[in-house]
Amino acid sequence: MADNKVQLTKNDRIKVWVRSNFLQGSWNYERMQNGGWAFTLIPVLKKLYTTKEDRAAALKRHLEFFNTHPYVASPILGVTMALEEERANGAPIDDVTIQGVKVGMMGPLAGVGDPVFWFTLKPIIGALAASLALSGSIMGPILYFVVWNAIRLGFMWYTQEFGYKAGSKITEDLSGGILQDITKGASILGMFILPALIERWVTVDFSPVKVSTIKQASGAYIDWDKLPKGAAGVKEALVQQKAGLSLDKYKVTTLQDNLNQLIPGLAALIITFLCMWLLKKKVSPIIIIFGLFAFGVIMHVLGVM
Amino acid sequence: MNLNAIQMILVVIVAFLAGMEGILDEFHFHQPVVACTLIGLVTGQLVPCIILGGSLQMIALGWSNVGAAVAPDAALAAIASAIILVLGGQGRAGVSSAIAIAVPLAVAGLLLTIIARTLATLIAHVMDRAAEEGSFAKIDLWQIIAICMQGLRIAIPAALILAVGAAPVRSMLNAMPAWLTDGLSIGGGMVVAVGYAMVINMMASREMWPFFALGFVLAAVSEITLIGLGAIGVAMALIYLNLSKMGGSGNGGGSNTGDPVGDIIDKY
Repeated sequence: MADNKVQLTKNDRIKVWVRSNFLQGSWNYERMQNGGWAFTLIPVLKKLYTTKEDRAAALKRHLEFFNTHPYVASPILGVTMALEEERANGAPIDDVTIQGVKVGMMGPLAGVGDPVFWFTLKPIIGALAASLALSGSIMGPILYFVVWNAIRLGFMWYTQEFGYKAGSKITEDLSGGILQDITKGASILGMFILPALIERWVTVDFSPVKVSTIKQASGAYIDWDKLPKGAAGVKEALVQQKAGLSLDKYKVTTLQDNLNQLIPGLAALIITFLCMWLLKKKVSPIIIIFGLFAFGVIMHVLGVM
Repeated sequence: MNLNAIQMILVVIVAFLAGMEGILDEFHFHQPVVACTLIGLVTGQLVPCIILGGSLQMIALGWSNVGAAVAPDAALAAIASAIILVLGGQGRAGVSSAIAIAVPLAVAGLLLTIIARTLATLIAHVMDRAAEEGSFAKIDLWQIIAICMQGLRIAIPAALILAVGAAPVRSMLNAMPAWLTDGLSIGGGMVVAVGYAMVINMMASREMWPFFALGFVLAAVSEITLIGLGAIGVAMALIYLNLSKMGGSGNGGGSNTGDPVGDIIDKY
């Protein structure tokens, strides 16, 4: 049998990579990504096992519970492919080992995938694309789609290959602290980026509230009546504005101006902390979302926001 | 604005794609900036739809499916509000009321998602039976059926809105008073915080809060772009990990301190 080994080719691995794009298709509340996981591995199982009994057994062991971040499933797929290949060639690898590797890797890797992809990469690319799109530029959506998929597909292919080559050794690798480091590093990145996102994208604006209206001394504002007529007047006004003169006779300070001088983004931060507290009190996010909408409407009607 | 038959079919196809991606989360056709643009492309209302997509993307930045939790449904929100924007025929002026409609739709979409994921449990059992027979073809078939079911989750509501037609949609939009739409868009600005709060609750630990403070202060410097902040964050994470290992070696942390890769190589 030794010279009659079944080997997975690059072509097989590419097929798995393509199928891994549909991993979550049959996501269900009972065993989550199990159907997609079996679906993704089918090219490999088809090649490695030929009898009906072997195929049934292989499908059954890959229909067990599985759930992780969809992109970091790729290294786990790679390792599982290597294990299945060894098993088909007679190595003593039982169902428990394979299931153990899957379960052992999926939790920690989800801890990497969520902060890196969902909470760092997606907001960065999304915010960049959205700001382009807000001006009506088609580059926004194109940029989002191309950059996101290039990073994602590249990551999935290379980590799947890495997992396949590392094979069963990877479990040693991951318990050796590398994975813990990656998880911790990803959390640091996430915790650093999140407040920036809160400050820049959560908008709480108290501009309608005027704190003070002060009449400014003459010479501190542009006296529109004294400007020459026509283009000369426009030019003079621009020159005066550049010299630091105010546009209006009255200087209006809003509550928002005061808050910005104190701590920019303070209100957004308070709202976020309030949400965190409510979530910890087991208030449903849906109720919080509706509550914030109601709050927005009420404050607007009252003329505060 | 009324759409012709070909445009309607294309809209339903785009909705189907977005519904598939709503569960797959891979190609991201369901992200508002992409989904709204595609609707705009097939209906010839590109620019207003791109602007709508950009605005909704801002709101949806923090919406992600973590673990078994389901985020508000960006797919339904993006597709339905873009169709309503197109049918309303107000162009750019209609964007803010479309946003006001989008967010309740995102929440309604949650229910559809939960129903679809529960139905998929039945599919999992059918797959079990296919496995007994050792039938790869049947597993493939049911995986595809499951994906199509998720596509229909958005395609059917989209077709319903198209069937209702432009006139009722327009009168509904006109019936919305300004205080309500403005108020809802103010609320939309704050709703973003809910997604972020969920993540912070997940990642926060005593060790992590100083990074939160740093990020908050540095974000006020508007010259630093998000990419710049990302680079600072990566750099700090690397520095922190290295320094914490140096500290650990003093406590006699065993063989696992300096170079974990080296340790593994040694073992083999």
